Amino acid sequence: MDVSQYLDMFLDETKEHLQNLSDQIMRLEENPEDADTINEIFRAAHTLKGMAGTMGFTRMQTLTHDMENVFSEVRSGKLKVQSQIIDVFFNCLDALDDYVQNIQNTSDEGTDDHEDLIKRLNDCLPKEGQAVMPGTPYKKEQPAQPSVPEVKQEESQETNKWDEIELDEAIWAAIDEARADGDECYGLNIVIQEKCLLKAARAFLVLRTVGEKGEIIASSPSTQDIEDEKFDRDFTLIVISNLSLEEMIKAASNISEIEKVTGGVFLRPGERSASKASKPEAEPIKEEQSSKEQPAKGQEQPAKEEALQRSIPSAEAMEGTATTQAPSEADAKEKKSVSTGKHLGNKTIRVDIEKLDELMNLVSELIIAKNSIVAATQSGQMAAKSIVKDNIEYLERVTTNLHEAVMKARMVPIETVTNKFPRMIRDIAKKLDKKMELYISGEDTELDRTVVDELGDPLMHLLRNCADHGLETEEVRMKRGKNPVGSIFLNASQVGNSVVIEVRDDGNGIDVDAIRRKAVERGTITQEQSETMSEKELIDLLFLPSFSTAKQVTDVSGRGVGLDVVKSKIESLSGEVEVKSKLGEGSSWTIRLPMTLAIIQTLMVGVGGEKYAIPLGSIQSIETVHFGEIKTVQNKQVINLRGVVLPLVRLYEVLEVEGNRIQEEEMTVVVVKKGDRYAGLMIDELIGQLEIVIKPLGKYSKQCKFISGATILGDGEVALILDANALI
Amino acid sequence: MDAVAENKQDHSGKSQFIVIRLDNEQYGIDVRFVENIVRMQRITRVPKMPKYLVGIINLRGEVLPVMSLRIKMGLEKDVYEKKTRIIVLKTQTEGNLGVIVDEVREVVTLEDAQVDKIDDLKLEGKTFVSGVGKRENGDLISLLDLGVITLEENA
Repeated sequence: MDVSQYLDMFLDETKEHLQNLSDQIMRLEENPEDADTINEIFRAAHTLKGMAGTMGFTRMQTLTHDMENVFSEVRSGKLKVQSQIIDVFFNCLDALDDYVQNIQNTSDEGTDDHEDLIKRLNDCLPKEGQAVMPGTPYKKEQPAQPSVPEVKQEESQETNKWDEIELDEAIWAAIDEARADGDECYGLNIVIQEKCLLKAARAFLVLRTVGEKGEIIASSPSTQDIEDEKFDRDFTLIVISNLSLEEMIKAASNISEIEKVTGGVFLRPGERSASKASKPEAEPIKEEQSSKEQPAKGQEQPAKEEALQRSIPSAEAMEGTATTQAPSEADAKEKKSVSTGKHLGNKTIRVDIEKLDELMNLVSELIIAKNSIVAATQSGQMAAKSIVKDNIEYLERVTTNLHEAVMKARMVPIETVTNKFPRMIRDIAKKLDKKMELYISGEDTELDRTVVDELGDPLMHLLRNCADHGLETEEVRMKRGKNPVGSIFLNASQVGNSVVIEVRDDGNGIDVDAIRRKAVERGTITQEQSETMSEKELIDLLFLPSFSTAKQVTDVSGRGVGLDVVKSKIESLSGEVEVKSKLGEGSSWTIRLPMTLAIIQTLMVGVGGEKYAIPLGSIQSIETVHFGEIKTVQNKQVINLRGVVLPLVRLYEVLEVEGNRIQEEEMTVVVVKKGDRYAGLMIDELIGQLEIVIKPLGKYSKQCKFISGATILGDGEVALILDANALI
Repeated sequence: MDAVAENKQDHSGKSQFIVIRLDNEQYGIDVRFVENIVRMQRITRVPKMPKYLVGIINLRGEVLPVMSLRIKMGLEKDVYEKKTRIIVLKTQTEGNLGVIVDEVREVVTLEDAQVDKIDDLKLEGKTFVSGVGKRENGDLISLLDLGVITLEENA
C-alpha cells in the first residue's frame, strides 16, 4: 500500500502524540498512582504503535510496542512507577523523536533499532513478563541495504584530529581548572562504519554516552551539526572526565556500528608540538604534512585550511565554532543550515475553520463592493461619484478586516514552543542536581507563525540560563531561607500590539560586581569605565558575544554563546530584550515582540512640516498641554498628567528639525508607553490614523535608533516611522 | 539616458562613463555601477544622519537613501534645478544608493589608453577621483571613485 500521501498527516499526529506522552509522563512522575494518566499514556502509546505499523515503520512500532508492554504492566498494577522507569520512558521518547525526525527528513525511519532501550524496557518488566514478551521480535530485519556512497577517505588521517580544534581562552581556563581538580581532558575521534545508514543517530548515542561519562566541551563539527548528520564519517570531541582514557574509548566503542575510536590527552598547542616531536615514528607521512602546515604558533589558519581540504562539512563546522566572536555571522550561518535540508514536507499550519469562514465572508464583501462600483460607473453621472466614494470607504474597511483576518490565520499559540520546556527543565534539574519547578502561564497567547518558530531557541537559552546561573543549589537556598525548590516562571501576554514574554526566576539574581570584575579582566571595558557605568549598562554587557560570568563551563550553559544569540535573534524579529535583576532575589528577562511584522496601524503626526508615523500600539493617549503645566525636575522637562509625572520629549529637538519655533500657549502631546514607563512626545499637529506598510531603512536605520523604518504614503512621499520605545 | 541601458559592457579595453556636471566641473561615472537615473523628487530627511546623506526617496515602492555628492565632496549645498538628477548606484554590499548631480550630460566611451590613473597624477590629500579621462575633443573628465564615494564615514 502506498502510504506516502499520508506522511504529512502521520508526522503531524505523531508529534502531537509524542508531546502528549511527554506531558503525561511528566504528570505520572508527580502522581505515580494516577490511573487516568496511566490510561492516557497507554492509549497514546497504543495509537502511536498502530500508526507506525500502518505506515510500515517497523522499528518505531517495535519500540512503541515494548513501551506499551511496560505501560500495560504499570496499568495492571504489577509494576510500580519509579524514577528509573520514567527515565527510560523519556529516553524512549527521545528515540521516537529521532525516528520522526528521520522520517521527516528522508521519509525513512532509519536503521537504529535502539536495542539498548528495548533491553532496558524489558528489564523493567516483572520477571514472569519476560516469557510473554520476546526480546526483540523484529531483530531479524537488520538491513543489508546498500551503503551510502561515500567519498573515499584515508584512515590514517584521523590521528590527532582533536588537535585541530581551536578553543578560546575561557575554555582553556576551564580545562586547567578541571586538571587541577584531578580530572583529565581528552580528545576523542570517532569513526562510524561506512555502511551505517543513520550516522547521526549513532553519533547522537556516542554524544550521549560520552556525555554521561564526562563533559563534552568542544567538538568538530559542532554537536548541532553532528546531530544533523553534517559530518563525513568521523567526528572529534574534546571531553573532560575523571575516568581514564581507556574507559572513555571503551564506552564510545561499545555502541554498535562504530568502526574505530581513537583518543589521546588533549594539550595546548605549545605542549602538543613538543610531545609530537618526541614520537615522530607514530605516523610517517601524515605527520610530515601536518607539521608543515601547523607550525607551533600561528596554527590557526593552516588548521582551518586543512579542514577545508579534508571535507567541506567539517570545514563549515570549524568556521562555525571559530567565529563565535562574530555572533551575527555565526547565527546567520546557523539559521541557514537550519532552513536548508530540513523539512521534507511543506510547512503547514492548522487553521481554525472559523477563521477561514471569516476570511470567506470578507472576500464576499469585497466582491459586493466591487460590484457596486461597477454598477455605479455604469449608471448616471450624478449619483456615481457619491456611490463610488461610499464604496471606497466600504472597501477600506473590508481590506483592513481582511488583513486582520489573514494575520489571525497565521497566528499560532505560543504553546507550540513552550510545551517542550517542562521536559527540558526536568532534564536540566536532574543533570545539575538542583530542584526546580517551571510555571508557564499565558501559553495561549498568539503570535505570527514565523515569529513563534524563531522563538524556541532564545527562550530555551533564557530558561537554561535561569536554571544554571540563576537558581542556587538546594543548600544555598535553604541557608537563605528560600524554598529549597527553585521556581522559574514563563509568562506570555499580549500588551497592545505587542506580545510580552517574561522569563523569571527566584534565584540569585545577577551579580553586577561580578560582571564588572569580569568585564575589566577581559578588557571589555576599562577600570574607569566600569566605575561610571550604571547597573543597567553593566547588565547589558551580558548580551555581548562570548561574555559569561559562569566560573565553570557546563554543557548546560556558560560558554558565553547564548545571550548574544538571544538578543540578535529577538532583534531580527524587531523585538527587544530587557533584564531586571535584584541580587539575591532573582532576575527577570522580558522579551517584547510585535504581533505582526509587515503592516501596522499608526498615528501620523506633523513635526515642523515633516510627517512621522507613531505605531498605535505604543500610544497611550493624546493630550493638550498648556505651556504653564511644564515643570522642570532635575533639569528635565516633565508634565504632571492626572497624577503621573512624565518626561516631555520635544520631538523637533530630538529629530533636529530645522527652523525657528514659536512657543505656543497650547501644545499637543502624544503620550507613549513602554512597559510601565511613559513619555510625552511634543508634536505640532495631528494628521490622523493610517495603516502603513513598513519598509526597511537598510543600513541607515542603525544610525538613528529612534527611527524603526519608513513607509510610502498615498501620494508617493516617504514618511519615517518613530520607534517610541527608543525615545523613552 | 536610454543609452545607459542599451550599451552593455563587453570589457575589451573600453569603458563607458556617464558624464555629469557638479558645479563647473565634469565627472564621469562608470555605467556598470549605474542602475537608473531619475528626476529630482521630494526627499524625506532622516534625522541624525551624516550631512551628506540628505534623506530617502520612494523609488517605485522601495525606500532609497540619497546622498549629496556636493556635500560629500566639500562643495556648496545643492540647489535643485530643472536639470538636477538622482543617479541610482549599485553598491555591492549595502544595496542601492542615490547620488544627486547637477546635470547628466551624455555617455562617453573611453579606451583604457585614454584614462590616466590617479596614482600617476600625484594629487595630494583626499580624493574622490580614481583617474582622468581625456576625450578626443580635448575635454578632461574626472572619473569618480565610486568605492570612496559610497564609503561610510563616521560622522
